[in-house]
Amino acid sequence: MKKLKFLLPLAIFLGLVAFLLVGLGLNPREVPSPLIGKPAPAFDLPRLDDPAQRVRREDLLGKVWMLNVWASWCAACRDEHPLLVEMAARKIVPIYGLDYKDTRAAGQQTLARFGDPYVASLFDADGRVGIDWGVYGVPETFIIDKAGVIRMKHIGPLTPDVILNKIEPLVRQLNG
Amino acid sequence: MARWIVILTLALLAGWTQAKEAAPAAEDPVLEARMLRIATELRCLVCQNQTIADSHAELAVDLRNQVKDMLKRGDSDQMIIDYMTARYGDFVLYRPPLKGTTYILWFGPALLLVGGLGALLLVLRRRSRLSPDQFEPDPDAEPFVADSDTKPAK
Repeated sequence: MKKLKFLLPLAIFLGLVAFLLVGLGLNPREVPSPLIGKPAPAFDLPRLDDPAQRVRREDLLGKVWMLNVWASWCAACRDEHPLLVEMAARKIVPIYGLDYKDTRAAGQQTLARFGDPYVASLFDADGRVGIDWGVYGVPETFIIDKAGVIRMKHIGPLTPDVILNKIEPLVRQLNG
Repeated sequence: MARWIVILTLALLAGWTQAKEAAPAAEDPVLEARMLRIATELRCLVCQNQTIADSHAELAVDLRNQVKDMLKRGDSDQMIIDYMTARYGDFVLYRPPLKGTTYILWFGPALLLVGGLGALLLVLRRRSRLSPDQFEPDPDAEPFVADSDTKPAK
């Protein structure tokens, strides 16, 4: 009994350490999106390369697609850009871009310089569609299924690990 | 006197900063006030310890404009809060709602307090039942004991 009393502070300390250890692994910047499992918010936006052409949510129903929110001013987007180009080359899933709060010239220039992995980039100059999609930091990536429901959201730049272990299996499952 | 000067300066400064913030929507101060009241309930997701009313982050400015537009459209406060929660989750609310997943958040501190008081009460009651010789003698009391004829009981 006496021994147990000595051990009690140690046990409490170890408990604290366990909590702190778990806390270290959590990222408070990654706010879980309430949109997962919900229908993707509607949008009707002009294409970045051609203001005359518009893309609507309804146009994309019936296929699994990926929405990648990017901007020419976003440094982290540049980090993930080669991965997107590679994904597009491997035809894993059609990638649509959302050029968030950008200017047309700067957006087009970025794609001309670093390659264009997007089937189409939607041009969201004032960021309203971004707000509708719950975007709060760029880059963000969504996977949308055939029924137009958001199935996954990744916050921050994509990594080879995320693409290989999360996106690819999910897309296969949704297409299968 | 000095205190009055400080208070006066602060009051003037407060008026000045408010005037500055209200400038863009001077057309409708009532709307602006409503927008700011809602904005103080919402967390800015870029700088997480600020409300979107305090923050100068671009997203906060956009969200304030969104709130303003919705108010102009005639939406109620609750509709705006619901709109934000549907997109960013309960995390945007500075006053999280009371529900299953937030019980620990709401009642945890009270539980800890009650638990602590309970433990304290138990220990104190057990101590009050112990006989005095269970405690170590008070070292400060020793000189008086030495002066007396009887030796302290060991």
